[in-house]
Amino acid sequence: MENLVSIFVRSIFIDNMIFAYFLGMCSYIAVSKNVKTSAGLGLAVLFVLGLTVPINYLLNKYILSDGALAWLSPNLKNVDLSFLSFIVFIAVIASFVQIVEMGVERFAPALYSSLGIFLPLIAVNCAILGGSLFMQERSYSSLGEATAFGLGSGIGWFLAIVGIAAIRERLQYSNVPVPLRGLGITFIVTGLMGIAFMCFMGINM
Amino acid sequence: MSNEKEPLFSTKNLKLFTAPLNKVNPITVLVLGICSALAVTVKLEYAVVMALSVTVVTAFSNLVISLIRNTIPNRIRIIVQLVIVAALVILVDQILQAFTYDVSKQLSVFVGLIITNCIVMGRIEAFALGNKPWASFIDGLGNGFGYGLILAILGFVRELFGSGAIWGYQVVPKSFYISEGGFYENNGFIILPPMALILVGIIIWVQRSRNKSLIEKV
Repeated sequence: MENLVSIFVRSIFIDNMIFAYFLGMCSYIAVSKNVKTSAGLGLAVLFVLGLTVPINYLLNKYILSDGALAWLSPNLKNVDLSFLSFIVFIAVIASFVQIVEMGVERFAPALYSSLGIFLPLIAVNCAILGGSLFMQERSYSSLGEATAFGLGSGIGWFLAIVGIAAIRERLQYSNVPVPLRGLGITFIVTGLMGIAFMCFMGINM
Repeated sequence: MSNEKEPLFSTKNLKLFTAPLNKVNPITVLVLGICSALAVTVKLEYAVVMALSVTVVTAFSNLVISLIRNTIPNRIRIIVQLVIVAALVILVDQILQAFTYDVSKQLSVFVGLIITNCIVMGRIEAFALGNKPWASFIDGLGNGFGYGLILAILGFVRELFGSGAIWGYQVVPKSFYISEGGFYENNGFIILPPMALILVGIIIWVQRSRNKSLIEKV
């Protein structure tokens, strides 16, 4: 249990998807103009990440990794399908995003129109594929750990995008040098937020 | 294909190649593919390997999609595109693991993340779906190099100031360092993730003050 809490907190603050690995930056920068839209996108990412990481964990454990097919028949003990993992992961993610998209369109049409193209593009959001790939690389040992990691990363991403959106709303009233307006200042502010998040680095649970 | 009428390196095609290097640079102007751009630029070598991989994938996925663009059903095109890109990335990944194992280990998940690199998808959606194969191929190359240019600049600056080296070779003399009785110390901060963001911010600042037409209207 302690282990799960530790993975959860680590993935929110220390290994934050945005500030430590820059994953999902494209939609992070493009959608963060106001808090409401970005909270919606953040929730969608949190949802997809929290579910695809455990699903891909099971696929990885029982089908893809080296010798994983042994439960099917002893003859398959030497089969290593891990080179297929990219395609399998992305297929799971793409179909999941399709489901989320239909759900949002049905139950929150206002949010659907304000997210626009970025909702289907969650499928190609690096944070989500990145979550599955990190799960594979760090070889978490149980479904619980994979879920804690997925949820934690999602919450970290959510916090980051809501934070930058709030800052950008304020930035409209400040006097930024003209060539830096928009994109440039967003990068620099994100960098400063990243430095702030680095203070969690020493926490060891 | 009616490509005979147009020479392979016509001005139009040449422009497709050069425009992404500066005026419509995928990173600093279109804001695509930033995710991987920042994480792999601690050393120049990693940045160049990454840039080459992305260029290959972008160019060939553009080519393939453009060849079959009239047969893809519109509703499921994203999945078709993802499968083609994923297949290409698997090829690149296997080649990297075979020939440059150390670099491949360092790049870790970021090679796999080329699949979701927005440059690849962005160019397929915006260009390859509506243009001829050769033009799409050139467009992919150009965008790959535009991406590579920024990566190379970042990798150069971060490696030079962060570890006093270029491409793994020490350029700041050892005797300059404080530990050796000199006056110089590496800027450890520049290797940390947040500095990459701030450096990109500065590149954008420089580019936009030289080219006023890129400035956003707020």
